[in-house]
Amino acid sequence: MAAATKIRAYILENYLFTDDETALDDDESLIERGIIDSTGIMEVIFFLEQEFGVRVDDEDMVPENLDSVRRIAAFVERKRAIA
Amino acid sequence: MQIRPRLDAECLSLNAAAEAERIARYLRTMLRDELRRRGLVVAISGGIDSSVSAALAARAVGAERVLGLLLPERDSSPGSLARGEQLARHLGIEYVVQDIGPVLEAIGCYRWRDDAIRAVFPEYGEGWKSKIVIAGGVRGQFNHFQLVVQSPAGEQRQRRLGVREYLQIVAATNYKQRIRKTIEYFHADRLNYAVIGTPNRLEYDQGFFVKNGDGSADVKPIAHLYKSQVYALARHLGLPPEICAAVPTTDTYSLPQGQDEFYFALPYQQMDLALWAYNHGIPVEELAAALAVDVEQARLVYRDIEAKRRATRYLQLPPLLLEPVAEIAAATAGTGK
Repeated sequence: MAAATKIRAYILENYLFTDDETALDDDESLIERGIIDSTGIMEVIFFLEQEFGVRVDDEDMVPENLDSVRRIAAFVERKRAIA
Repeated sequence: MQIRPRLDAECLSLNAAAEAERIARYLRTMLRDELRRRGLVVAISGGIDSSVSAALAARAVGAERVLGLLLPERDSSPGSLARGEQLARHLGIEYVVQDIGPVLEAIGCYRWRDDAIRAVFPEYGEGWKSKIVIAGGVRGQFNHFQLVVQSPAGEQRQRRLGVREYLQIVAATNYKQRIRKTIEYFHADRLNYAVIGTPNRLEYDQGFFVKNGDGSADVKPIAHLYKSQVYALARHLGLPPEICAAVPTTDTYSLPQGQDEFYFALPYQQMDLALWAYNHGIPVEELAAALAVDVEQARLVYRDIEAKRRATRYLQLPPLLLEPVAEIAAATAGTGK
């Protein structure tokens, strides 16, 4: 399963309590939608580290890397590429 | 054209005498008309907010109708208790000292906390100290938390907390505020008094409190005042100099921890100014000039204020009802939550 699909499924299931794929667009801001806050982002990081085996450094914790499904997936791919 | 005042400490100036009188009148009115209780219970930490709240309570209803509670535990600084007792004697109020360490021990507060700390630093044990430090928000990152531990020899180590350990440390530590509140309500019920909550505006707005812990109260008389204004009231009320000069700390972790390193992005004087500016729609360039930081930095401070409001909305929410119970909603309308 592609990273983006897994990430979207994780967010749909755990943050939005739905399996409706249309409930979240890959480019939507998770912050502006009010889906994640600082604790929510810590949970996302825990998921990424467990699921994809990537290490998230302090300087990685910026909206450019983590504020939408597409951004998170691209971040995971970048991290895997340099691992 | 309306000329806006210059953004500086003057924006936060207030008529302390009039404000003290307004709050005292409000407390009397609330006790009489809404709460229908005969006096006030205040937990006194030795810090500025609870000290001013206790002084206002005494002014409102008389020292003989105020009970001060001093509730230290294992990680409290001894200076806090000394300042609290000094304040209670200064105000002439009755006070009770109860060490809540044994209660916290029995309920597992320290054990749950230390287990989570050991998941990060296995060497942590007897004689070690710890604290949590906030990071990220003013650097444009998501806020996250670093765990700092100090060995008995004084060597410090620091590591970012994962979500599970972070939540467990905070949950365990929150026992402190919740046990204190339980004791406050015991005495309030025993005496038919109401409980004062002591957050200042920064704490109230930015969610720096524990839900059903220090966030719980019958009345919060200084929640509308910026921290610098609380200091101004302290000076007006003639509180002891040691209290007026006290540096804000959390007094919750075993290592000394400033409020600004645990939670707020800036020291309180600057945080006051930033929140005031944000609330008054002051352009970010003006805030940058007032704080002597670059514009990007000021923008991050605004963003951090918004992020904290968002993250702590849950703390402010009352219990949610599927639909309002109209008869009860009407009976409590206008009195706040």
